[in-house]
Amino acid sequence: MARYQRWLQAGVFYLLVALSGSLLPGTYYVTLLNLIGLHIIIVLGLNLLMGYAGQISLGHAAFFGLGAYTSGILTATYKVDPLLALLAGLLLSTLVAVIVGIPALKLKGYYLAMATLGFGIIVAIAFQQMDWLTGGPSGFMGIPPFRFLGWRFQTPAAKFFLVWALVGLILFLSLNIVDSRIGRALRAIHDSETAALAMGVDAQRLKLLIFVVSALYASLAGSLLAHTVNFIAPSSFGFMFSIKLVTMVVVGGMASIWGSLLGAAVLTVLPELLAVFHDLEVVIFGLILMVVMIFLPRGLVRGLLDLWELRRRKKQGR
Amino acid sequence: MEKLAELLQYIFSGLTNGAIYALIGLGFSIIFNATAIINFAQGEFVMLGALVVIAFSALGLSLPLALVLAVAAVTVMGLAFERLAIRPARDATAISLIIITVGGGVLIKGLAMLLWGKDAYTLPPFSGQEPLTLAGATILPQSLWIMALTLLLVVGLEAFLHFTILGKAMRAASYNPVAARLVGIRVSQMVQFSFGLSAALGAAAGVLIAPITMGVYDMGTMLGLKGFCAAVIGGLGSIFGVVLGGLLLGVAEALASGLVSSGYRDAVAFLILLLVLFFRPQGLIGRRPLRSS
Amino acid sequence: MTSSTLLALEAVGISFGGLQAVKKVSFQVQEGQIKALIGPNGAGKTTLFNLITGMLRPDHGEIRFQEQAIQGLPPFRIADRGISRTFQIVQLFGHMTVVENVMVGRHLRTRAGLLAAALRLPWSRREEAAIRSQSLAWLDFVGLQDRADDYAANLPLGHQRLLEIARALATEPKLLLLDEPAAGLDMTETERLKELIFAIRARGISVLLVEHDMSLTMEVADEIVVLDHGELLAEGPPRDIQRHPAVIAAYLGRDWEKE
Ligand SMILES: Nc1ncnc2c1ncn2[C@@H]1O[C@H](COP(=O)(O)OP(=O)(O)OP(=O)(O)O)[C@@H](O)[C@H]1O
Ligand SMILES: [Mg+2]
Repeated sequence: MARYQRWLQAGVFYLLVALSGSLLPGTYYVTLLNLIGLHIIIVLGLNLLMGYAGQISLGHAAFFGLGAYTSGILTATYKVDPLLALLAGLLLSTLVAVIVGIPALKLKGYYLAMATLGFGIIVAIAFQQMDWLTGGPSGFMGIPPFRFLGWRFQTPAAKFFLVWALVGLILFLSLNIVDSRIGRALRAIHDSETAALAMGVDAQRLKLLIFVVSALYASLAGSLLAHTVNFIAPSSFGFMFSIKLVTMVVVGGMASIWGSLLGAAVLTVLPELLAVFHDLEVVIFGLILMVVMIFLPRGLVRGLLDLWELRRRKKQGR
Repeated sequence: MEKLAELLQYIFSGLTNGAIYALIGLGFSIIFNATAIINFAQGEFVMLGALVVIAFSALGLSLPLALVLAVAAVTVMGLAFERLAIRPARDATAISLIIITVGGGVLIKGLAMLLWGKDAYTLPPFSGQEPLTLAGATILPQSLWIMALTLLLVVGLEAFLHFTILGKAMRAASYNPVAARLVGIRVSQMVQFSFGLSAALGAAAGVLIAPITMGVYDMGTMLGLKGFCAAVIGGLGSIFGVVLGGLLLGVAEALASGLVSSGYRDAVAFLILLLVLFFRPQGLIGRRPLRSS
Repeated sequence: MTSSTLLALEAVGISFGGLQAVKKVSFQVQEGQIKALIGPNGAGKTTLFNLITGMLRPDHGEIRFQEQAIQGLPPFRIADRGISRTFQIVQLFGHMTVVENVMVGRHLRTRAGLLAAALRLPWSRREEAAIRSQSLAWLDFVGLQDRADDYAANLPLGHQRLLEIARALATEPKLLLLDEPAAGLDMTETERLKELIFAIRARGISVLLVEHDMSLTMEVADEIVVLDHGELLAEGPPRDIQRHPAVIAAYLGRDWEKE
């Protein structure tokens, strides 16, 4: 029963995306939708890590960047096949995630936050400083479109198709992971690591596993970014972007897969909407972050439902 | 001989920056001990200190007066920040609080950009531009001011926390909030006070460094993160640890950028941060907690 | 009746800072036995549980389970060998439903990994269905089948303790450690708990029980170990322990006579 409902939800969601992709005029909206899709992929992984396993990361922009730069550099500079480059990015991200994750995931709470933050900033600095490889602060240009089995994803419509097909795949995988033996063990670690250990859950290994999964998602999104916008710059992969990703998870709602879609969409569109305010943009963005977190700490969806519930009860009380 | 002078030069500039990091780090540590919050807006108070003192001195106030007024003004902003952003979110999780303080930092930085624009402003040094020469290395008078005033502030802070009623109450509230409440200490007031105090320390760092780096709306973020590294490296629980962490960080940065490559200067701080977290998470000075759970 | 040794502690000790919480404690649990561990507050009973389950590593001594040394192994490995436990301060997965809590207990004995789960392979779906039905059976065993879909955090304490037992049993232990399972239960609940402990033993699972409720302890235990200030004070069948002068002096005292 619940399963059919879920597939129905997914179907409706996809119909909406496809409709808006084909009906909205001009390339601007398609590009924006693609960006939303990429952010969704990262946020789904980060939510597995934060919402389910209960481990924070303030450095996930780094994996996004590792994927983007690996794909960009290998395909543009070394003419490697885009699919191979993407796989190389995934491999590199796995390696880095394991090296950083093993010591970092022994830390808890704020200390884990600090370690991942430090890691993220170091990687961002490396992108800037290795200019012989990455083009430095001014960015890296001339990345070819993605190719796969003779298809070239060059037009906005083709890119849209590529991105959202992968969003669908990742969504499918994530929904499955969440209600599986592994997903259950992750939630158990979140609620009581002691009890999970006593029940035979190898918490350290599972945390690392899901850290790697979330890094893979981010890396995949990065590779796609490189092939959809064809230009990448280190400023997209810094500390602020890591924070933005965490915010997307929290605004959507921790441990809520569908909430992640909303969180990613809202926080991607918001700066675009705010752009009309020019210099006021950042001010309003900061304000919204604070207000949402202060008044709806459980995220938009659940927060609004809670408020609605509260009002209904009050009315009934009278 | 020349090598030695060069080394000394790096150490001087490292100690200058290190003192600034220490002040900022102390701000982190005071709030963390009072509330277990990491205040990611801390760096913005440094920026405010620098820009406000520049504004006051541009109004024609004498430098000492401008300094004092700037620190006072930023302290008030710190108190207001706690009242408006932290207190309403009392039951928030650590992750929410991180986002709230980051959001607050973005907001403050944005407002500063609206007010001051994107230009950098200068402040004359406290006394003289003429560098002093010491064993072949030169040092700016402003650096001496920074080190001396930082020392004074740290000693003052120690004295305040140990010898005044308010300071003792703050420490009590952070060791054991429940017991503190029982003996009549208003813990929420102590929390607010910790935000005021750490804004003041941040502002002090800002006014001290303004003559060297100039004041820009976006100067705070990196300084804040460095101060945070200093606090973690030294150990968030100990004043001496934070100061040591700051100075170590400053010198390590100066040596790395002088001897290796200046491009990776900023990475040094975070590299040390990671090493400390992985191998000695309680910081260089901090004690390991007895109970692991 | 010949019985073989399941768990053996030999001169096990640990200290926290200056405090010697457990001092050179040695005793054994036989297969099929219900053994009780009693002692005043702070005697080191929970600490001993933490040592046996790998939450703590002993400073010295040896802990053998089925003839193999297990001290220093991580908790999940010890759980895999066949030791499970409940907690004095209930440690449920509060944001998960009752049946999901038990399903975590099946983690050890099932194997769908990340890939199988993510791709929803047919065999992993079958395994998942089996996990659910086995877990429901364990809920049935402890009498919680009606609450399967409630959130664990919303159960009353008595039910939470039962749920912890069901979750522990789901790991298919050979030895079950119960840390004050009767604390906070009323009389009828305690009576049911007694039946449950016998039913667990009837399934061939040995039990090591920490309990302050003396009448329950005396009724269910085959043998009792008395701990005081981290030291083993006495060991023997319940009727001997009740008469043991040192035990009466140190622990049971007048309160016990009254009960
Ligand atoms: N992790 C720890 N760190 C420091 N001291 C500890 C730790 N765990 C237990 N202790 C101390 O060890 C002693 C034994 O504690 P333990 O919890 O084992 O007692 P207990 O017999 O279970 O008591 P109770 O009947 O109250 O549950 C106590 O003095 C306790 O304070
Ligand atoms: Mg106990």
